[in-house]
Amino acid sequence: MLRSPRLIPILLFALLAAVPLAGLFIRDGYLLSLFTRVMILAIAAISLDLILGFGALVSFGHAAFIGIGAYAMGILASHGQEGLLAGLVMALAASALFALITGAISLRTKGVYFIMITLAFGQMAFYTAASLRAYGGDDGLTVARRSLVFGSRLLENDRVFYYAVLASLIGVYLLCRMIVGSRFGRVLQGAKQNPQRMQAIGFNPYPYQLAAYVIAGMIGGFAGFLLANQTEFVSPAYMSWQRSGELIVMVIMGGIGSLHGAVIGAAAFLLLEEWLSGFTEHWKVIFGPMLVLIVLFMRGGILGFLARISGAKNG
Amino acid sequence: MNTTLFLIQCLNGLQLGVLLFLVAAGLTLVFGVMDFINLAHGVQYMLGAYLAVTFTALTGNLFLALPLALMAALALGLVLEVVVFRHLYDRDHLEQVLATFGIILFLNQGVKIVWGAAPLSVPVPEALQGSIAIAQGVLYPVYRLAIIGSGLAVALALHLVINHTRVGMLIRAGSTNAPMVSALGVDIRRLFMIVFGFGAMLAGFAGIMIAPILSVEPGMGDQILILAFVVIVIGGIGSIRGAFIAAILVGLVDTLGRSFSVDILRSFGMGPANARAVGPAISSMLIYVLMAAVLFFRPSGLFPAKGR
Repeated sequence: MLRSPRLIPILLFALLAAVPLAGLFIRDGYLLSLFTRVMILAIAAISLDLILGFGALVSFGHAAFIGIGAYAMGILASHGQEGLLAGLVMALAASALFALITGAISLRTKGVYFIMITLAFGQMAFYTAASLRAYGGDDGLTVARRSLVFGSRLLENDRVFYYAVLASLIGVYLLCRMIVGSRFGRVLQGAKQNPQRMQAIGFNPYPYQLAAYVIAGMIGGFAGFLLANQTEFVSPAYMSWQRSGELIVMVIMGGIGSLHGAVIGAAAFLLLEEWLSGFTEHWKVIFGPMLVLIVLFMRGGILGFLARISGAKNG
Repeated sequence: MNTTLFLIQCLNGLQLGVLLFLVAAGLTLVFGVMDFINLAHGVQYMLGAYLAVTFTALTGNLFLALPLALMAALALGLVLEVVVFRHLYDRDHLEQVLATFGIILFLNQGVKIVWGAAPLSVPVPEALQGSIAIAQGVLYPVYRLAIIGSGLAVALALHLVINHTRVGMLIRAGSTNAPMVSALGVDIRRLFMIVFGFGAMLAGFAGIMIAPILSVEPGMGDQILILAFVVIVIGGIGSIRGAFIAAILVGLVDTLGRSFSVDILRSFGMGPANARAVGPAISSMLIYVLMAAVLFFRPSGLFPAKGR
């Protein structure tokens, strides 16, 4: 049953849609905010999976885009521009510009060097944000309220915001699905498997990879815009390299190169964090070895594991 | 900008560079020979510092603690190799990143459980306390000079081992073509283990040496890890010579940038208030700009190991 590729994402989104209903019975605003966060980071993880899983571009600076999107929203808001559209356009434009410049340089390098140069650009973004004295510097910037939808405070309602984020997640998922299935996406995957052969049949991978990098960056910026809206706070910590590492962990944990695996990974990561930290403040002592065990014994992440047990059942 | 300050900051930069080299040397060898990304290399530096704290408390002297802590760092490195890392050599880079990230989380937190979350310190050994005049009217702490000296000595020893011994030859051969070395009858797994243990010990040595002048705290390895990665990427992965030159370069650029960025910006005609606001950000960024620039012109670093 789990082998059907369409069923898992549908099931996943249905489950997410049902979370606020559980809130009706147990009146738990905490649950709502936790899952809003899960979905926002899932959007960022999907965007990373797009270049990581389908283009083999291991970006170790992806959190920079979350930060850029968040700061675009926060800085505009601090100047009185609180409209949804203005914030969104600014977040997308800023992250696209950053992705275009850094991508054009980074994609000249390969393999480990690519990992490290994206890390370098991520760190540059981090220190730039920390130096923005007018916008809080190290301490970050508090945003007065969530973005206004045509002047109304619709998004202030947590349930409305939750469904807006869910709709965004589904939209981003479908968009990436379309990109991966398109001719563009096939060139990208071909360049991942064998760049020389792609070139031999007449495709120069560079513009395709750059376009994918910019798209992923913009989606990352979009996730940052949502995050700033949820927490009503923006800080350089959004861009720290540990955050970029966590995004990679989410993608691999869920199952790389499947898009919905990134959603599962983001959910698993954040829920495990919540659950384990309920037992002990030293939850990382448990979580760390779990990551090692996942790598050693669960190849293909959670999705790969599910496929294997359902495969075993079907004989 | 006066000459005394400049001289002192140059020495500070050299000291940071030497320290970075000790961490980066192990990282670049492990990376070059085994093609293994070890994010957990920074925690080995942290463990070295904590071991120095414990053994100094036990023996009452850093000189006595040094060999004990080095042995313990080596042992811990080998344990990690046997339990986890050797199962990861033939996995792809992403899985290595994930697993070693898990180890960072575990050890950073484990250190908090064992030694507590508060920063610890180690006294500077009596023989190396105080300052000496290195030029007319310029005083410099003896201990920092000792770090520079011992780091340079280790670099020289490493150079001799790598270039003039049989093990060194195997390591060089391994970083060029590991399968071929294995096919020629060398036990490559044992070579890996030696390289790994040695790298862990060097990182531990850096941690032990720095413990008296830095506060020893959980997470102290993360920052140096990123710097060490910057160093090995600038130097060219797998190259000890590249790591050494890049380490000194990064140490100097970072230290001098931090002390003089505001002055330099002002000399370019920027107002004092602006310069003070922008200076620190630019100086934190400087080494990353350096790395991006190096990779832009030489996509495999300054001294890439041959055959890669």
